[in-house]
Amino acid sequence: MRLIVPLRGVIHGRGGLFVGSLIPCCLFYFLQLYLKRRRPPPSDPAELPRTSSRTNLFSRGNSIGRVRVSSRAVPVAKPPDSPYYIGLERVKTDPYDRIKNTDGIIQLGLAESTLCFDLLQRWMSENLMDSMMQSDDGEFDISSIAMYKPFEGLLELRVAFADFMSRIMGGNVSFDPSNMVITAGGTPAIEVLAFCLADHGNAFLIPTPYYPGFDRDIKFRTGVELIPVHCRSSDNFTVTVSALEQALNQARKRGSKVSGILFSNPSNPVGNILSRETLQDILRFAQEKNIHVISDEIFAGSVYGDKEFVSMAEIAGSGEFDKSRVHIIYGLSKDLSIPGFRAGVIYSFHEDVVNAAKKLMRFSSVPVPVQRILISLLSDVRFIEEYMRAHRQRIRDKHIRFVEGLKQLGIPCAESGGGLYCWVDMSSLLTSYSEKGELELFEKLLTVAKINATPGTACYCIEPGWFRCCFTALADEDIPVIMERIRQLRESSRS
Amino acid sequence: MMERSSNNNVVELSRVAVSDTHGEDSPYFAGWKAYDENPYDESHNPSGVIQMGLAENQVSFDLLETYLEKKNPEGSMWGSKGAPGFRENALFQDYHGLKTFRQAMASFMEQIRGGKARFDPDRIVLTAGATAANELLTFILADPNDALLVPTPYYPGFDRDLRWRTGVKIVPIHCDSSNHFEITPEALESAYQTARDANIRVRGVLITNPSNPLGATVQKKVLEDLLDFCVRKNIHLVSDEIYSGSVFHASEFTSVAEIVESIDDVSVKERVHIVYSLSKDLGLPGFRVGTIYSYNDNVVRTARRMSSFTLVSSQTQHMLASMLSDEEFTEKYIRINRERLRRRYEIIVEGLKKAGIECLKGNAGLFCWMNLGFLLEKKTKDGELQLWDVILKELKLNISPGSSCHCSEVGWFRVCFANMSENTLEIALKRIHEFMDRRRRF
Repeated sequence: MRLIVPLRGVIHGRGGLFVGSLIPCCLFYFLQLYLKRRRPPPSDPAELPRTSSRTNLFSRGNSIGRVRVSSRAVPVAKPPDSPYYIGLERVKTDPYDRIKNTDGIIQLGLAESTLCFDLLQRWMSENLMDSMMQSDDGEFDISSIAMYKPFEGLLELRVAFADFMSRIMGGNVSFDPSNMVITAGGTPAIEVLAFCLADHGNAFLIPTPYYPGFDRDIKFRTGVELIPVHCRSSDNFTVTVSALEQALNQARKRGSKVSGILFSNPSNPVGNILSRETLQDILRFAQEKNIHVISDEIFAGSVYGDKEFVSMAEIAGSGEFDKSRVHIIYGLSKDLSIPGFRAGVIYSFHEDVVNAAKKLMRFSSVPVPVQRILISLLSDVRFIEEYMRAHRQRIRDKHIRFVEGLKQLGIPCAESGGGLYCWVDMSSLLTSYSEKGELELFEKLLTVAKINATPGTACYCIEPGWFRCCFTALADEDIPVIMERIRQLRESSRS
Repeated sequence: MMERSSNNNVVELSRVAVSDTHGEDSPYFAGWKAYDENPYDESHNPSGVIQMGLAENQVSFDLLETYLEKKNPEGSMWGSKGAPGFRENALFQDYHGLKTFRQAMASFMEQIRGGKARFDPDRIVLTAGATAANELLTFILADPNDALLVPTPYYPGFDRDLRWRTGVKIVPIHCDSSNHFEITPEALESAYQTARDANIRVRGVLITNPSNPLGATVQKKVLEDLLDFCVRKNIHLVSDEIYSGSVFHASEFTSVAEIVESIDDVSVKERVHIVYSLSKDLGLPGFRVGTIYSYNDNVVRTARRMSSFTLVSSQTQHMLASMLSDEEFTEKYIRINRERLRRRYEIIVEGLKKAGIECLKGNAGLFCWMNLGFLLEKKTKDGELQLWDVILKELKLNISPGSSCHCSEVGWFRVCFANMSENTLEIALKRIHEFMDRRRRF
């Protein structure tokens, strides 16, 4: 087999030996000249390896013939540096188990709910096979689930989703299935929207603190930037038009082109519900500046407080604004606790966006058998009502317990009415009121108290000391364990 | 920066959103529209359009159905019973993918290759279909405005899958019928030079083996030449082996994996990547199961992370893991599937021959590559499209013109035969016979 690997001989030749010896610089310099002349002249720059660093030539075993990945791929493979991911990884090494590993790390960093699994499990055991395999004559016909179907999702599924979303968002808003595209989860939904609304190098404004996953979801491949719009505890971290205005102006001065505003409602990580007025302010601002609005409403069904949830779709449909700039993201990972199924929604009032998103679904569509299960699940109105009632109630109960436990330690939380977490003010435990102090506390929580909570820094929060604590995968008896660990951490810090 | 303040301004969309790189305006897709409007049905619409432009495998559905019904009487295999099963499925969204499923895929891929290559489950990255796998690899191996070299004729979907969001270009490696459309070293060099002359950086070669639309396997010698070329140019080699289980005689298929098996040099191996899917061999395109198999650790790591945009549903992984690791079933399935596809191929090639139409000698896939060059009034792309239109409107057959596959020779057409019953295939052949008879009379 004829295989020519360029420059191998040179690397394994003299370079290493010379460097290893105590030869003065001038000889070193002459060596470089010698090697340079020995290297075959590039007939084609692309045929040569791209490493230009001299040191690489002399390190043994480093083949210059190594093939490269693209420059956009390079940052993707790097080990994560955000505490959000670091914390998630650490829990895997030593996960808490009520019986088998009581000293393990308790996971408060993953926004998932297991509170209503019993209900889901019962439904699945009674309905899963039928929903997936049944055809009209009762015989199993594999072609109904095996063959190609439109990538944007079966019409019946979009109809079922439209009805489901309307139901859980209070019934004041209706969704048109033809404006909807079903995606393999919320992650591709946000990425596809970013691809459709912004060019490489453009930016979205995003109120802080924000969900750390957005950095990857949006920046990995689209090249779209995220410009933080800082919110403060004095406003309960609610975004203001003046903050948006300021951020936009600064962006323009820097030469950044802002394509839209992205925010989550209920918000992640704070858990507050945006008021009708705030939503109108945001849309009005977007209209003035002629940019898009993306509302990530993935926690819309996880509202447990007294405040009413209003979807941006409702505001858009009111007739007061140009709705073609409004786009909504939804999914079943949070409200219905089935992230593994991978089912998300892009809902857009802009026909061209819907059309482009439909075509892009070939890269991220939901498998047909899963679609059939979901059609059955979402159309089972009686079950959905029972489930959503229980889901909200159980989150509420857990929330009360968790917040109460923290309160007894003198640790306050931000006001929240939705989501699977609370936004905790641990500033009283900081050794220094700074990002550094917060990261130290994060590390101590993880290694000493053995609790993984996401620090505000990972969410770009401008005020130090805030942590997101997800409580919907906890049993009631886990809560005193957590509080005790925090208390002990505080005691040991004081002494 | 111009101030855009008026309420009457239409909000802008991105270049990706407005581009037509999705290619859905080409004849390849236009024929589908005609089919959708007037689809053939054996009983209800016997004069409708027969879809011969969709490479879907329906010949072995009965095997799947029987297996699933027999082994899965109460859905236990499919996770409906039992607490652990459902809970894991519902929550599992790890981009590593279920270990059991990856092991099952590795084992299945090994079986298809008759054990001539080993697959390490930890090198398998799961994606929602091969379409996503090809796009993902392109993102990882090439930057915007870089190029991949692809031999013609190629699957029309590549124009979209490899270029649309990635911004990467395709530079064709021209192949022609003088040597059965085989890729030659000269054609490779020529394509590479074309790219260089246009100041475009080439990052890799992407082939489909067995080839779509040719329906033929790539010879071992050609694979070796390809790998050699990629090493010399220090670029990647991607082998889309999505039809590997649809080779009529297993011995005629050489996977690039077999070539790599015999190589120790990491710097050679790590430029090779294989794409696979269950859509064609197993006839399950609706399940959206694809995979990237890479010999490059960095690519595996990167692909895994990027696969969060295109994860395979945990439910699907769970459902298929036990079926794919049932070696008794998979051996039988692969064998029978091959036989049935071969039989279909023989029927269509014989039928076409009787009508005076020759096909490229094929040995794989769900389609044949038919030569209608002798029927063209004008030996141009327009002439070919005119003939395609006549076949669609008069014969009511949707087939794919070679120009949509970027074939440099006019008159070739891809005809799919595995997405219909034998009866329907006979009807299609009858229509062709009648058409050819009519032509001979004039």
